[in-house]
Amino acid sequence: MTARETKISTSIDSGVAFDRLFQARGLTKVYRMGEVDVHALRGVDIDLFPGEFIVILGPSGSGKSTLLNILGGLDVPTEGQVKYSDHDLTNADEEELTQYRREHVGFVFQFYNLIAGLTAIENVALVADIAPDPLDPEEALRLVGLADRQNHYPSQLSGGEQQRVAIARAIGKRPDVLLCDEPTGALDVKTGIVVLDAIARINQELGTLTAVITHNASIADLADRVVYLSDGCIVEIKQNTNKKTAADLVW
Amino acid sequence: MWRQGLAISILLACGVATFVMSMSTMLSLKRSMNQYYSDSHFGDVFVSMTRAPSELANRMKEIPGVARVETRIVQNIILDVPQMSEPASCRLVSINPEAGSSLNSVTLIRGRLPNPTGQVEVIASEQFADAHGFQPGDQLSAIMGGRKERLRIVGIGMSPEFIYVTQPGLLLTDNRRYGVLWMPRRQLEAAFNMEGAFNDAVMTLRSRASVKNVLFRADQLTERYGGVGAYDRSDQPSHHRLADEMHQTGSMAFVTPSIFLAVATFLFNLVFSRMVHQQQEQIATLRAFGYRQREIGMYYMKLVITLILLGSLIGFLLSLPMSWWMTNQYARFFRFPTVLYEFARTEAVLASLISFVAAFAGSFSSIRRASRLPPAVSMRPEAPNADRASIVKRLGLEMYLSPIGRMIVRRLETNKRSTAFSVLGMAMGLSVLVLGSFFQDTINYVTEVQFERTQRQDVMLTFYETASAQSQHDILHLPGVTRAEYFRTVPVRLRQGSKEHRLELMGLEEQAELFRVLDDAERQVPFPSIRALTISQKLAEILDVVTGDKVTVEVLDGKRQRLTVPIARVFPDYATPGAYMNRHELHLLMQEGERLSGAFIEVDPRRLDELYAQVKETPAIAGILDKNAAHKNFVKTVSENTFVMRMVNYAFASIIAFGVIYNCALITLAERSRDLATLRVMGFKRREISTVLLGELAIITLLSVPIGLPIGCGFAFVATLALDTETHRFPFVVSRATFAGATTILISSAIVSSLVVRRMLDKLDLIAVLKVKE
Ligand SMILES: Nc1ncnc2c1ncn2[C@@H]1O[C@H](COP(=O)(O)OP(=O)(O)OP(=O)(O)O)[C@@H](O)[C@H]1O
Ligand SMILES: [Mg+2]
Repeated sequence: MTARETKISTSIDSGVAFDRLFQARGLTKVYRMGEVDVHALRGVDIDLFPGEFIVILGPSGSGKSTLLNILGGLDVPTEGQVKYSDHDLTNADEEELTQYRREHVGFVFQFYNLIAGLTAIENVALVADIAPDPLDPEEALRLVGLADRQNHYPSQLSGGEQQRVAIARAIGKRPDVLLCDEPTGALDVKTGIVVLDAIARINQELGTLTAVITHNASIADLADRVVYLSDGCIVEIKQNTNKKTAADLVW
Repeated sequence: MWRQGLAISILLACGVATFVMSMSTMLSLKRSMNQYYSDSHFGDVFVSMTRAPSELANRMKEIPGVARVETRIVQNIILDVPQMSEPASCRLVSINPEAGSSLNSVTLIRGRLPNPTGQVEVIASEQFADAHGFQPGDQLSAIMGGRKERLRIVGIGMSPEFIYVTQPGLLLTDNRRYGVLWMPRRQLEAAFNMEGAFNDAVMTLRSRASVKNVLFRADQLTERYGGVGAYDRSDQPSHHRLADEMHQTGSMAFVTPSIFLAVATFLFNLVFSRMVHQQQEQIATLRAFGYRQREIGMYYMKLVITLILLGSLIGFLLSLPMSWWMTNQYARFFRFPTVLYEFARTEAVLASLISFVAAFAGSFSSIRRASRLPPAVSMRPEAPNADRASIVKRLGLEMYLSPIGRMIVRRLETNKRSTAFSVLGMAMGLSVLVLGSFFQDTINYVTEVQFERTQRQDVMLTFYETASAQSQHDILHLPGVTRAEYFRTVPVRLRQGSKEHRLELMGLEEQAELFRVLDDAERQVPFPSIRALTISQKLAEILDVVTGDKVTVEVLDGKRQRLTVPIARVFPDYATPGAYMNRHELHLLMQEGERLSGAFIEVDPRRLDELYAQVKETPAIAGILDKNAAHKNFVKTVSENTFVMRMVNYAFASIIAFGVIYNCALITLAERSRDLATLRVMGFKRREISTVLLGELAIITLLSVPIGLPIGCGFAFVATLALDTETHRFPFVVSRATFAGATTILISSAIVSSLVVRRMLDKLDLIAVLKVKE
């Protein structure tokens, strides 16, 4: 209970509650596995604001991915409420969620999930097709520093490069939210930094609300706020006063 | 996984089921036929003559090898059937209602046996009764020995001798116009002055009797009494036709299912190896965990064995009720009174053994390849070769494609192996559909040639006794007749060395217009005025002769001449074996004047009824055959005969086609689900991502059409060759309708499969798909 009170006060403390982008209240997610109920989230309250860089930390199984998926409209909570701007995601049906993802959300996953048959630029162009106001695919690739590799197929790119193409693809539609689930999970330190740098730069240049899940606590230094999850609850939300750039990170 | 396994098993099951079903059906039919023949004491040797004294029977009995002899009186008469404007004729056969078991005995279906005294009572043949809806109690009038007589039908029956009723001298028999009536012998004797005499004899033989010898002796005995040549069962018209039909059904029942089985086994391998290929990643992971090659190999072996056993079992289970049903259908069609069902055990075991070996051999290599996979190979989808431009790109079409379109095309182009597999699988599915349905085209073609291009008459008349040239005049004066062409048919035995064949030698005008014999290329075969035979290819094969060879013609009628005549020409055709010569030359050869057997006639259709009425009153005319009615009748008979088989084949072909396509769709879904989930996460709608999958399936389906249709033609061609029996040859005809039908079923199967896959796609668990590493 104390944890919850801290959190709420934190979000109110930030003082910009009126233009928050996400508002989640009492988010609960229960997976029913036969006889057992797995509580992935147990009443999470959080607000996210435009342009913020959020890092979510927590032990494995604490519910990070579940939270991110609900925010991204891939999943719905069992209980509680989640709102994006004026969209209610809680009771949205599949169609509405798709529409929401299409217009507002960019995803980056641990395994880049590029379409093997398409070149880097074609992968990016894929989303440009469905977005109302897309970035020029070349511009998106330039933002992640891969302008010169645009005609390469994923198999011709390194893991870090592939992840950067995935980032370019995620931002290709000029999303309002960029959600990254362990984007550096499959990469070595050096490459991870390059990728994080790309994400941070996008957050800066495009002002996209960015949430990154990681197991690496030092990445927290990039964030505006750090959310700590444990056993399905937010235990702490820390304001980062000393924001670093990716290059300054000590891994 | 279980879906795919079941779908694979079902492919095999279809092949096994068609094969076992067909074999069981044929086996059961043969048994039923033999049972019927022996139950009803069907004769082994038959002979008819003009008139012989009763004691000749005793001399026949003395022929070595003869077990039983039964004499009869058989007459053709004209009937007046109420409510039928055209005349009908029938074959009257004597029976002894008092006697116990007799040869060629009549099985009563309804009613009772006739009383030999009082008003004349008869049993009508089932076909004739069915065609008219006769019931016991109905009356007919007939001209018998110059007197009009009232006949009362008291029973409906059948006999092994008339399973097929053939009207002498006619190419085809119309069951409405020609039937069989059985009448007590005493009354028949009285009507035709045949007391103490007979004109037909049936014999059964002891086992190991020499048929040839019996025939020879019977001919010797009957020659003086106008015998037209004894013949054995194989020449007995009804049995001959039945054997031919059964043979054809049998070859159809063998060839098509065999190809089905082969294709099913092939597809089993194809789909199985694709399934294994698709599971490479899991296999590699298992290997990484320390599983041995052998263990992985064993796992897949067990899987194959299970699937084959499951497939065979489903096949057997399917084939049981189906062959039972089919046997009954055919037994009804062939009019066997009892059905003895037998499951083709040997063939069933054989079929599953064959598919077992083939499927096993086929899947062995994919199992081996899979189990040898190095541990934890990451099954990265093959990337397009960046250096080699794709076909679509080279054609300059790529710029017109949306990224989704490119995604489809690239995937198909880079995963050549699985694309090729899918295309080939679907092509095979399509080809069995062609195979399953092309036979109708063959029938249609043969029918059209026979009834539209060859026979151009409206009606065909046959005369009682051969008529003189005088009747030419009479015929032309029948009402409505606008044109007539006469023919002479002579029963003969053609002999060359040890080869022989019995048939009706036909004498026609040199350039007949109303009845044109056509060769393969549909050119009219002329019969020039020379003393030489023109014979069909099949007959040439039977007699083993070529143009210029000489054959012995034994006339089985009249003066029973025996002459040597050269073969002037052999022409290929699709009809039954035939021999022809110029009619006038035939008269010369027979040392007779213009004796005519019948005429082909062109009639003013408005005066047809008038013609019929007149023919009824003309005792010289024995038979009349309306070509259009015969045409309809033939189509009905043939389509009834082949209907069951064709439907079953078609049904199985459809299931096979569907099974392959469904599997392709499932595999495609499995291979693409990651990409599709990614697209969904990016905000693509269900409809939009299903285009990727459906587009891919659509392209595969379309690609398979130009491959599958030629393969199907190839199968059809093989089947045509296999249907080439001793007496029949079939043209190889596949119509556009067949192609269209097969393609339609393929496309519908593709659509249904796509809908199923689409539903599965809608339920795709996005998070789960993305959680795992590719
Ligand atoms: N589809 C599911 N069915 C059942 N339980 C699930 C499902 N997805 C997640 N869970 C459970 O929910 C809990 C939270 O899972 P979640 O994936 O959010 O954890 P996480 O914090 O992202 O962990 P990690 O850091 O290992 O990715 C876990 O206990 C997990 O077992
Ligand atoms: Mg996670």
